[in-house]
Amino acid sequence: MGDKQRIIPVWFFVGLLVLTYGILILASGIREWNDPPNVVLADLHASVWWGGFLTAVGAVYVIAFRPGRSRRED
Amino acid sequence: MAIIAIYFLAVLGIGFYLKNFAKSGEDFFLAGREMTAWVAGLSFLSANLGSLELLGWAGSAYQYGILAAHWYWIGAIPAMVFLGIVMMPFYYISKTHSVPGYLQLRYGEGASGVSAITFAVMTVLMSGVNMYAMAVVMKVVLGWNIHFSIWVSSLTVGIYVAMGGLFSAIFNEVLQFFLIWFGALLIPIIGLMETGGWAGMVARIRQNFPAQDYTHLWSTLGDFSSNPMGIHWTGVVFGLGAVISMGYWTTDFLVVQRVLSAKDLRSAKLAPIIGSFFKMAVPFIVILPGLLGLALLPFHLVPESAMQAGQHSYNEVLPLMMARYLGPGLLGLGITALVAGFMAGMAGNVSAFATVWTYDIYRAFLRKTAPDAHYVKMGRWCTIVGLIISIGTAYLVMGFASIMDYVQALFSFFIAPLFGTVLIGMLWKRATKAAGFWGLLLGVLSSLGMFLAQKLDPAALSIIALSEQAKPMAENMYRALWSCLVCVVVTVLVSLVTKPKPDADLNGLVYGATVLPKEEHATLFHKPIFWAGAAMAVWALLQWIFW
Repeated sequence: MGDKQRIIPVWFFVGLLVLTYGILILASGIREWNDPPNVVLADLHASVWWGGFLTAVGAVYVIAFRPGRSRRED
Repeated sequence: MAIIAIYFLAVLGIGFYLKNFAKSGEDFFLAGREMTAWVAGLSFLSANLGSLELLGWAGSAYQYGILAAHWYWIGAIPAMVFLGIVMMPFYYISKTHSVPGYLQLRYGEGASGVSAITFAVMTVLMSGVNMYAMAVVMKVVLGWNIHFSIWVSSLTVGIYVAMGGLFSAIFNEVLQFFLIWFGALLIPIIGLMETGGWAGMVARIRQNFPAQDYTHLWSTLGDFSSNPMGIHWTGVVFGLGAVISMGYWTTDFLVVQRVLSAKDLRSAKLAPIIGSFFKMAVPFIVILPGLLGLALLPFHLVPESAMQAGQHSYNEVLPLMMARYLGPGLLGLGITALVAGFMAGMAGNVSAFATVWTYDIYRAFLRKTAPDAHYVKMGRWCTIVGLIISIGTAYLVMGFASIMDYVQALFSFFIAPLFGTVLIGMLWKRATKAAGFWGLLLGVLSSLGMFLAQKLDPAALSIIALSEQAKPMAENMYRALWSCLVCVVVTVLVSLVTKPKPDADLNGLVYGATVLPKEEHATLFHKPIFWAGAAMAVWALLQWIFW
């Protein structure tokens, strides 16, 4: 496989997907802050802090493994 | 559901991107043999952690209590460590494509043919279970049309595996690993907040189900009747720990293929050990939701086969817990995790099916010499065919009380005898070609025979499983144990009366006839054996905590 050094690390794709989901969930959590969904323990606002957590994790992965940053095959 | 749509697009995009990297047979079937230990390790675990695992074991945890965790602990960790340290060198050095490929080198065509065929049958059956599991989720949580969701997901899997081969399967498995953890982790966290921690949960389970002890791992196994599974500790230790688990983790090609993709021997040894640490943590997102279901759900779940209108089955416990806690956005993530798991499970099975069919049946028996490109093309077509067959098998599953009973029954048919054959082949130079064939064949037949005997005459249960109180899971354990013993005894006896291969032919295949390469590294933290010890220590600690 001659072009193997150009393959984008899988961790970048992981980061991208987690970041996207984090932002979407955080946004939906903030939107429904005053009108929480009909679930048990809705007052914990799980969407907000879990969405925030995913956003942070995703961002770290995207930045650390962005294409072209390193030639290391991971 | 934007979240689910995004996932499908991402998966297809990655498949398309990887198409350019999967040109030769080695790329397509072994991902070019250049994965790091982490990628191979996570993929190794993910191939086994499909939505089937999530749903099935959460359901089993509801049915059998914490005993279900045995399948993650004694039923996995020792075997994964054993695979990494003892068996991986032979698989890796012999440069085989598959487990039947190893048997081909070790025993010749007979044993390899039997294992390739049984394996191909098993992968499409397993793939069918995955589809069924998915249909359960769609039904419970979204109210979606089952046929629609099956076809969309199957097509997606077909396209991305056919394009990128094992590369695609592995990339998506790593992706899915993260999705599953992020999607499922909230259930036990919020659940334990609701019950007021572990003690609160145990108290509620005792209140709801006073007749049984659902929260102890070993202390109830002294007698068949004192635990929800109807099993004795010998069944768990010997049937599960020594045969089923060793057989599954060390010879199931679906998982071994992932490790064969590692870039060097050290990575190949380390990959299952990395996987074992995550495996130990999985009960937190799988077994705990089942136990929380016992503690918190206002109604009782029933077996699939006894279900009436308005009731829910064991297998639905995880989706029910999701619907209990998660609002729209998070629910989307949870469902996506299950969809991803389902697709990864199918992708794993069809890519393994494609490899075994192409190399171990098609190339071994039908067309021995053809250009590499021809086999890659064959592999791509097999992916599609395997998928179509497995859609047909999805309906077989309905007859079993729980998904995992069905899966474990399959393992006891095929995997348990195979383990005997592979292990003897690796450790005993004297084992002969004819012995490999007859041992494996009679092992598989004896297992099927025991299954049929029990179906025709239920009284056979007390002979096979040593107790008439044995539940299907316990019966599977004992059947696996007996069929493996049949395989071993036949292999040894036949070997003693037939002519062995000369030592020179066994180099790289058997202990005692192989010079293992020295490992190049020095520091303790780079040694697979150090991490193997650490994994076993954590495992022992868990047994003690939940004794």
